[in-house]
Amino acid sequence: MRERDVPQEVNALLEVHRKAVYAVGDDGKLRIVASRGWEVEETVTRQAVEHLERCAQEARRRVLAGQSSPLEYHMYRARMDVALLAQAAGLWRWRVRRHFRPEVFARLPQHLRQRYAAALGLEPVALDQVD
Amino acid sequence: MERAALRRSFVHRHASHCESGVMSSLLRHEGMALSEAMAFGLSSALAFAYLPFVRLNGLPLIAYRMPPGAIISGLNRGLHLGARFETFRSRQAGMERLDALLDAGKLVGLQTSIYWLPYIPRALRFHFNAHNLLVYGREGDEYLVSDPVAETVVRCARSDLERARFAKGVLAPKGRLYYLTRPPAVADWGKLGRGALTRTARIMLHTPLPLIGVRGIRWLARSVERLPLDDAGDAARLYIGHIVRMQEEIGTGGAGFRFMYASFLQELAAASGYAALDGLAGRLVMIGDRWQDFALAAARMIKHRAPLEPPKLAERLRELALEEKGFFRDLDEARRAWPH
Repeated sequence: MRERDVPQEVNALLEVHRKAVYAVGDDGKLRIVASRGWEVEETVTRQAVEHLERCAQEARRRVLAGQSSPLEYHMYRARMDVALLAQAAGLWRWRVRRHFRPEVFARLPQHLRQRYAAALGLEPVALDQVD
Repeated sequence: MERAALRRSFVHRHASHCESGVMSSLLRHEGMALSEAMAFGLSSALAFAYLPFVRLNGLPLIAYRMPPGAIISGLNRGLHLGARFETFRSRQAGMERLDALLDAGKLVGLQTSIYWLPYIPRALRFHFNAHNLLVYGREGDEYLVSDPVAETVVRCARSDLERARFAKGVLAPKGRLYYLTRPPAVADWGKLGRGALTRTARIMLHTPLPLIGVRGIRWLARSVERLPLDDAGDAARLYIGHIVRMQEEIGTGGAGFRFMYASFLQELAAASGYAALDGLAGRLVMIGDRWQDFALAAARMIKHRAPLEPPKLAERLRELALEEKGFFRDLDEARRAWPH
């Protein structure tokens, strides 16, 4: 990649940041050049973010239909999967999956709620809401 | 007093990748001018690995470099830095130790989860647990952070940093911190460089496991070729997007690492006077360009600007495998012919 070819395609996802990339200058030497972003990068990042958002919205629908618990929604909101949430909360995966059942989640003891809240970076009271 | 001196004397530099950037800054602070590219190359950090049994949100791990920690420990070994690594069971002990080291005027490296760092753009915060950064001071409840991938220094609240240091999951940092215990000694770049080239060529060409090195690229090609297209291609699009994301974004991936290694070869040629490495650097830049072409072709398929044809991408990957194989063979040959 030549220095003048370094993409500056203003990747909105980078916000105000610029990335350091290596490119060949006119003297043939590689050097660090700051890039505002490359559309390809934005495409794949957006794809991953949107996939997780879609998972969260589907979980939200299930919660409102009484088929799942808010825990599943918050898991996707925090960009986690069951394996990671289980590790972060220090529980077995099957227990996390069990807590996706609304009736089990409804009588979750306080100490487990606290563990989930800490793992997800939420206040325990926020666990019940799916906004 | 020492704390204030550290704060005054530390100089931040924007880098392409967190771990090589951290090591470059750490060494420069201790009096050894070593560029990011040299830190990357001398620690033999370039690689390729396709690990289908390690899953990230259901997708395989694809790495374009050695595992996290390889740059730090590689340089520690080569330059006899006496780096100390510490991990902690309790969060409190981990934070107190960080404070004590800063008070003693030490520049401290941390392993963190990028998800919990608030100064990183929201869209880039995924649960990646091996993001390296430097802490060079503290002001009340705020830490002064030099994150190599940020353009300038940043600040991070104590509670956020604590959460990032003690995140759980794959590669959990467990509060890991590190610092150097002695100034780096004068190095023989030729000798270190030869050793580094030997290791990289061996990893890329002769790792017994077929998932690592050039053969790993071919295995990835095979899995791309076999992607099912039944659900209108949604799963296949996620998969190829993931390959590109691993390549371009997480620590400036495939093409970025190839360009950085090319920069290392140029610098090593200049430092050692062995001009053959210059020509190899030029070839690697061309290979990096091919990786970018691959990413562009994949992105067009994801955005429905081109028909979704995974076998076409697999074909590109096979060509890349062939080119890299030739390249690393010639690199190894040049290394053997290096007069010393």
